[in-house]
Amino acid sequence: MATPVQPFSPDDLKRRRRRSIALALALLAVVAIFFVSTLVRLGGNVAERAL
Amino acid sequence: MTTGNAHTTTGLAATSGGQGTAGDFFALLKPRVMSLVIFTAVVGLFAAPSSIHPWMGFVTILCIALGAGASGALNMWYDADIDAIMKRTAKRPVPSGAIEPGEALGFGLALAVASVLMLGLLVNVASAALLAFTIFFYVVVYTMGLKRRTAQNIVIGGAAGAFPPMVAWTAVTGTIDPGSIALFMLIFMWTPPHFWALALFREGDYEKAGVPMLPNVAGRAETKKQILIYSLLLVPTIAAPLLTGTTGLLYAAGAVVLTIKFLVDAVAVYRASSRDAEDKTTKRLFGFSILWLFALFALILAEKLIGIAPVGGLL
Repeated sequence: MATPVQPFSPDDLKRRRRRSIALALALLAVVAIFFVSTLVRLGGNVAERAL
Repeated sequence: MTTGNAHTTTGLAATSGGQGTAGDFFALLKPRVMSLVIFTAVVGLFAAPSSIHPWMGFVTILCIALGAGASGALNMWYDADIDAIMKRTAKRPVPSGAIEPGEALGFGLALAVASVLMLGLLVNVASAALLAFTIFFYVVVYTMGLKRRTAQNIVIGGAAGAFPPMVAWTAVTGTIDPGSIALFMLIFMWTPPHFWALALFREGDYEKAGVPMLPNVAGRAETKKQILIYSLLLVPTIAAPLLTGTTGLLYAAGAVVLTIKFLVDAVAVYRASSRDAEDKTTKRLFGFSILWLFALFALILAEKLIGIAPVGGLL
């Protein structure tokens, strides 16, 4: 008979939650970096484009 | 009824991986190595002859740091077997079991792709290509190719650690210039005496793991000779940033003093006759070599911040 599968302990779940939060923060940082970099690269040119 | 976590009732065993903390993943990035990479890259950014928007400079450094972290994670994935044997590396996240090898591989690959893409999309393609080559060089050429095969591993592999200021310089100029090659050479020529000093007092560790470092392949006497030769080669190397018109007199004065001290320490290693004396002198050289590199790059940065003009370069 196969060994019964051990469920995740509360500690495991806590660690996983912290990893998820770290990943979410990293993704938010990437979004912010792309947003600010776009503003910086466009600069004043965005107001001078042909309409 | 839902539990909000299917794995608690159905799936993976708690010990089957995925249990590392965010801190374990951070350790995969080799933060101490990364700090030196960040510092030398910042100097490369300031030393370049033109300027970059501060935000884009920040993005450049971030991408280089992430690329260095990716290299570290991929190195730890591949080297987990020998890391487990060596005292210095046995507590790293993969050999200690905190992170599964597959997780380290996935994390490293994701970071490598993300850092190169970000640098290419947001800054310029030339620097991104150079960053991609740096990661490839460290992981494939050094870690997978050279490290376990030849005692010259760190002579060639040292190039990987020397690229970051060049990547930063290229982010500013879009080109590879003699000045950026001069910064590359400072780190490239510094690497062998620095690591061979470490290998001399950690010889047993490398031997146990089967890594062919110079002391356990060619012997301690030959290693001490090679340390001295490479230390002497630092003399023309410190002149390179002057010859390329990258640095000025503050750097020149500091570099001469620091390199004389480096040579004195290297000679002491060469002349050490007992094992005790060898241990003492190699540890001193190893410690000073870190200060030497840090101080040289700090002098270059100080010159740029103060506004000291470079001396007329010949190249």
